[in-house]
Amino acid sequence: MAAALKITGLKKTYKGGHVALKGVDLDVKQGDFFGLLGPNGAGKTTIIGIITSLVNKSGGEVSIFGHDLDTDPASAKACLGLVPQEFNFNMFDPVVEVVANQAGYYGIERKEAFQRAEKYLKHLDLWDKRRVMARTLSGGMKRRLMIARALVHEPRLLILDEPTAGVDIEIRRSMWQFLRGINAAGTTIILTTHYLEEAESLCRNIAIIDEGELIENTTTKQLLNTLRMETFVLDLESPLDHLPVLENQKLVQLDETTLEADICRDDSINALFAELSKRDIKVLSMRNKTNRLEELFMNLVENGNGNGNRTAP
Amino acid sequence: MTPRAKLVALRTIATKEILRFSRIWIQTILPPVITTALYFIIFGNLIGPRIGRMDGFDYMEFIIPGLIMMAVITNSYANVVSSFYGSKFQRHIEEMLISPTPNYIILIGYVLGGVTRGMAVGIAVTLVSLVFHPLNIHSLWVMFSMILLTSILFSLAGLINGVYAKSFDDISIIPTFVLTPLTYLGGIFYSISMLPEFWQRMSLVNPILYMVNAFRYGFLGVSDINLGISYAISAGFIVALYVFSLYLLRKGHGIRT
Repeated sequence: MAAALKITGLKKTYKGGHVALKGVDLDVKQGDFFGLLGPNGAGKTTIIGIITSLVNKSGGEVSIFGHDLDTDPASAKACLGLVPQEFNFNMFDPVVEVVANQAGYYGIERKEAFQRAEKYLKHLDLWDKRRVMARTLSGGMKRRLMIARALVHEPRLLILDEPTAGVDIEIRRSMWQFLRGINAAGTTIILTTHYLEEAESLCRNIAIIDEGELIENTTTKQLLNTLRMETFVLDLESPLDHLPVLENQKLVQLDETTLEADICRDDSINALFAELSKRDIKVLSMRNKTNRLEELFMNLVENGNGNGNRTAP
Repeated sequence: MTPRAKLVALRTIATKEILRFSRIWIQTILPPVITTALYFIIFGNLIGPRIGRMDGFDYMEFIIPGLIMMAVITNSYANVVSSFYGSKFQRHIEEMLISPTPNYIILIGYVLGGVTRGMAVGIAVTLVSLVFHPLNIHSLWVMFSMILLTSILFSLAGLINGVYAKSFDDISIIPTFVLTPLTYLGGIFYSISMLPEFWQRMSLVNPILYMVNAFRYGFLGVSDINLGISYAISAGFIVALYVFSLYLLRKGHGIRT
């Protein structure tokens, strides 16, 4: 079975000499929910630009479901849907036409194009806005419009370049649910995001790119397993007079009713609860202090290039 | 992409383009009609009778074909240059570039939009001209074919300008400094036989002269230029501009990085 996306030795040098990609190899399996992460300027958008034919590559090969982008571009493009980072629809067109026209560019007859536009606009809660000019939509609605537009020709591979940027948490979570649904229905998804919680929650496989090179490419689970320590915040039932001293476990008191504990992944968390129980300390709730993927991401990027002066992904 | 799918894509682009200028007809159709009506009033009605006859026709009758042609040229060009640059500026050209729609379909789609607007304005201006002078048709075929070729040619030229344009200023430079002077000097208001020999020869370098004269032949049956040469020059320019436009789109000039 051909990979949904196969990239071999992909290189890009922009006019002026900036080397954006230094020979990237990447395979995305059919049906995958794949995360492509990296700091700003790492080369994520350049890769997406080349896959979607918006950027001319300097070297290497790209094939989509076995269709080479150089020798069989029409078949390769027919498999692809893109939700770009920035709004790129005609702001003066009615919402329904933005979606239906996109279907037309893929050869879908006008009548069916409007039926599909209705289906996806309803899925994304935009049907009521179908007749308004696209520019009058809110930021979240515009993002959803771009998703509806990308799906209208029912692509086998959907690329989402920071689809939830600037979207409130409620809409973001409903978009996650929607994306999980279309992935479950068989659409391969490649996601770039600045929200690592999003990648951790959605993606089965993750590649991290930095300075035009892949520095990690594995499953999300395996990636998270490489973390040795996790920090938990414990909310206590009663205030503490003093910080308890436990065997093999260092605690930090954040305030009267909050403790912080670093737990090694090999150790059972039950041991901590047992020790606290012995001292009549009842834990009401517990949460991870840090986003695990974020921590790992920073480790990889900082270790990878030897400095910490980077922006977040 | 199957031939049927390509046809659907072409119809989508052309419909989008036609709807674009139709929705804003007050900005796209009405102004050239008013401007040309003013030309008819001032040059035809007020100044024309003092000029006398030109090539054996009333001055008003002489200038009508040229003024229709001028409106068609400027509107075909303006439609494509502004629409293409607008799609670059708002980046919705990317909708087409990522799709399997071939470049030649994108090109023809934009040209169809330009031709339709050129024709729509041409018909509107012709209707206005009826207020001032009865329509005189010598050859409907020559009229129609020449207006079609001219609108195709200037739609292609508008697209090339749109590809190269990097700002809104760039889409008005060519119409202001090249297209308008060439149109005015293209024999709309005079016959080149009135000019000294040197300027007659210089006028022959202007491609618009050939189109205006051939179009005038369709109305009046007279032309300063051989009809065959007019068709050959128009067709030659269309082929050259089409090939060049396609090359620019394929290379991604100004639309791909």
